[in-house]
This record gives sequence, structure tokens and C-alpha cells, in this order.
Amino acid sequence: MVTENDVQHIADLADVGIGDAEPGMFTHQFNAILEYFDILDRVEGSGEVTRDLYNILREDEIEPSLSQEEVLKNAPATEDGFIKAPRVM
Amino acid sequence: MADPDGQVIVGLEVHCQLDTKSKLFCGCSTDYRSDGPNTHVCPICLGLPGAMPALNKRAIEYAMKVAKALNCEILNESEFSRKNYFYPDLDKAYQITQYDKPLAEGGYLEIESDEGGERKIRLTRIHVEEDPGRLVHMGNVERGKYSLVDYNRAGIPLIEIVSEPDMRSPKEARKFLNKLRATLEYLNVFDSEKEGSIRVDANISIKGSERVEVKNITSYKGVEKALTFEVTRQKNLIRRGQKIERETRHYLEARGVTQAGRSKEQEHDYRYFPEPDLRPLRVRSWLDGIVLPELPDARRERFMAEYGCSLNHARTLTGELKLANFFEKVVASDKRGLSPLAATWIADTLKGELNYRDMSLDLVEPAAMTGLVLLLKAETITDKSGVEVLRVMLDQRLKNEPAETPDAIVKRLNLAKTPGDTGAITKAIDEAITENPKALDDYRAGRSGALNFLVGQVMKKTRGKADPAELNRLLTGELKKREA
Ligand SMILES: [Zn+2]
Repeated sequence: MVTENDVQHIADLADVGIGDAEPGMFTHQFNAILEYFDILDRVEGSGEVTRDLYNILREDEIEPSLSQEEVLKNAPATEDGFIKAPRVM
Repeated sequence: MADPDGQVIVGLEVHCQLDTKSKLFCGCSTDYRSDGPNTHVCPICLGLPGAMPALNKRAIEYAMKVAKALNCEILNESEFSRKNYFYPDLDKAYQITQYDKPLAEGGYLEIESDEGGERKIRLTRIHVEEDPGRLVHMGNVERGKYSLVDYNRAGIPLIEIVSEPDMRSPKEARKFLNKLRATLEYLNVFDSEKEGSIRVDANISIKGSERVEVKNITSYKGVEKALTFEVTRQKNLIRRGQKIERETRHYLEARGVTQAGRSKEQEHDYRYFPEPDLRPLRVRSWLDGIVLPELPDARRERFMAEYGCSLNHARTLTGELKLANFFEKVVASDKRGLSPLAATWIADTLKGELNYRDMSLDLVEPAAMTGLVLLLKAETITDKSGVEVLRVMLDQRLKNEPAETPDAIVKRLNLAKTPGDTGAITKAIDEAITENPKALDDYRAGRSGALNFLVGQVMKKTRGKADPAELNRLLTGELKKREA
């Protein structure tokens, strides 16, 4: 179970400001999601997935990167090819 | 009670960049040096939704090479985990690293202890992880209004080598780092000249007090400086009867000081969990296929046996791969004949002159150094002139001027000891003795200071151009003649 304290703590770590009413709302939403996982836990069957897979590796080969223009497309603010971010501690 | 003169205890966490062509989990090139920000980035290293990491085989091979060279044990099964935290340099809001199942554990590295002799520094573990991006703080960290983010470094493969708290001084920490660098260079998995190729976090305490973590040390010299600062700070606190707080501090390279950090995460805040997009590794059996090259310790022993180097010279020369290779090239034509002089001139003189100029050894031709050593060996020039020739050689390379051979420099500057010089020395000796009859009397009376006094007088007259050995021989001969 997620508590309002958990929500506030994570928000502090992420430097996300949340309003007075929001911890309650987010707590409710998080717990609703977690309840779905409880349902999944009750699904019949062993639940064991056979995944005898190890050492899945690729060769050290260079592939093309995105263009700077494409990379910056989603950024809310940019400067000289950099992504602009708020000041951090 | 904490003792301000208590034993210093240091442990290091060293992050080293593995010199692969592509990043750890994607095909973006790691060579971004001459390109603009955010040009070596793709959906995987940008953490776009749905992108899946694909592990670089060479990074694992390199990490295993290091583990083998450092006598570590490869775990039967290792896996990657997500370390969750929020920071603008971390585009996914988590770093893919290794947590409870690292690639390797145990092992050790031998360093020269402060008391001389070798000392084993035990290692805790080695794990593989990706580097975050790079932040450029605009303006002052305190007052700057924003940061600029470049993700070219995001996903660069690193190994983190964690030591036990086995070092006893800032100097030993630096030696550990230098030895580690040499070992990684010998293994050909690491380029120490690349920007950001090494980053160190250090744990330091005075016995009986809490330990402090110093983060963000990014140079070899920085480690000794940061820790020396910390030792003084902590001892002063203890002396004043204050308690050392367990805390994280940041090293400010430009000012040479550490500053209390504001790291708010506790270990459990990172909410580590196994990376679901990557399968575990079972690579212990690869060890048999890894052939290690000659490593620094073995090469040091060989330099002593094969070239007759002193322990100190062998240590210095083999402490850097390039220097060791350079030395072997310089003496290749006559190992036994050239080694004694070449060892001194490379390990002491050349290294000092390069440091002074902040100059790379790459700019020096081994053949030119051989030429200089030959001139010294044939006693064509004095040691003093040898240094002068070397300086001219280095300055020409540094300024990209046409490089003269040592012979040409000697000729142009008229540095060769000629028969005329012997004449000049003889003349100076004659004058010195005549002008200082008391010194001659002292010499006759067997007072040992007299000879040194006269040597000094002659040196003054010849402006240091006289070869000390030759001067001694000529002066003693002359005094003997007059004694009769
Ligand atoms: Zn990428």
C-alpha cells in the first residue's frame, strides 16, 4: 500500500511541487493500480515463466544516432544544442 | 574519544570508462569529442518509451579482463539493476547498473606503501554500469538559473572498482589510482587521456570517527588534494572537540576544497530492482579464454632484470604504459649499454621537463632521445649541456618548429666539450690555485674542504661548462703536481 507520506517523499526527491489536495488523489490512484497487480497474482497457473536465457549480447558496432534536431524535438527548452533544464542542487 | 592524530583510513570507488566503440546499451558512437552536444544520442540512450537496451559484448569482455588482472572472482551469475533517482543528467530517471549481483568480487591491487615495499589493497567488487549525461551549470552553482544538458555521455560504459578501506594516507590513494590507471592501460581497455575517463568517490575517516564520502573527484592529482584537505578538516574538528558528521561532501576542483553536499537520497530511496529488459550474465567460463598481457608489476621486475634498472627507475618507467614503451624503444639498439643513462634521463629528467611543460610524451621521438643519450654516453657533452639540448628539443616540438637532431643542436649552440675546453679548464684551474694560495696550503694540510672550494672557483670561471668528473681529475692532478 502506498501512503500519502510515500507520495510526498517521492515528490520531494524529484523536486516536484504538489498541491495540498494532490497527495490524497495520487495515493488513491497509485493504490488503484496496485490492486490490479493483486488480481494478476491470483491468476491460475504456476506463474513461472521459463526464461533459460543468459548472455544476450550484441557486438560492439556503431549504428547511426539521431540528428541533433530530432533529439531536441521533445525538449521544452533548448540552448545551443543543449537541453535546458531547471537549476539543480 | 576520537584522536586527532589517529590513523587515516581511505577507501575508493573508481569509475573508469571502458574504451569501446559504441555505448553500453546502444550503437551510438562513444567518440563525441569533436561533435556538438546531443549528437551521439538515440532512442535507447535517450530513454524514450519502448526503447530496449542491448548489452555490448566488448564492454563485458573488457570488464572481465580487468577483473582477471585484479585477481577478482567472477560471479557465477550477475545481473543488471535499475537505480532510480531524479536528476536532469539522467534521462530515464534511472541508471542501469549492477547492485546485489555484480560481475566480480574480491581481488586486490598492489601499491608501493608509504613505508616503501609493496602493500596489497583489497578490492570489494567490480561492476558494470552506464554513465549519465553531462550537465553544464550556467553561472554560479548557487545563483545560476539553469543547467544545460548534453546526453552524448549518457550510456557510455563504465566499470566501478570498489576498494576496501585499506589505504592509510591521501598519498597511498593517489598511488592506488596511478597503479590502477597503469593496469587498465596495459590491458588496452582504457584511454586515460579522454576527458571524463576517470571519476572517483572517496571514503575517508580518522580512526574512531564517522566516515565522510567525498564525491566528484575527476583527476589523478585531485584525489590526493581532496583527501589531504579532508584529513586537515576532520583533524581540526576533532581537536576542537567536535564530532565528525557522517555526510557526503563534494570536491570543488578549482578551489581544492570539499563542501557539504545536499544529497538527500538514502540507499533505500534508490529503489533498486532487477532490470527487466536485460537477461542475467553467466560468463565465468570466459575467463579461460582471456589472455592477459604483461602487467606493470611483471614489467617492473623485467626492467630490473633485463636492463639493470634501479627499483625506483623501474617503478617510474613502468608506471605509465607509454613511458615504458618509449624507454624500450630508446635503448633497443644497445640495451645494456644505453639503459643506465637512458633510465635516469627518461625517468627523471625527461619526465620532469614534460611535466613542467604539461607536454605529452607523444611529441618526443624515441630516436631523438637515443641520440641525446649517445652524446652523453660518449661524454661529448656535459650533463648540464644535455639538459639544455633536451629543452631545445622539447620546445621545438611544442612550438611545432622544425626539429633539429641532438647533434645539430650541440653544433649550433657550440656545446661540445672540445680540446679547447680542456685548455680553458686548465687555465681556470691554474688561475684558481694561484689566486687562492691558502686553499693550496689547506689541501697540502689534508683539509678536505679545500678541493671542493677550488672546484667551485673553477666552475665559476668556466660558467659551469666544465664537466665535473673531468674537472675533478684535472684539478687533483694539478694539485698533486704542486704538492711535489
Ligand atoms: Zn544511443
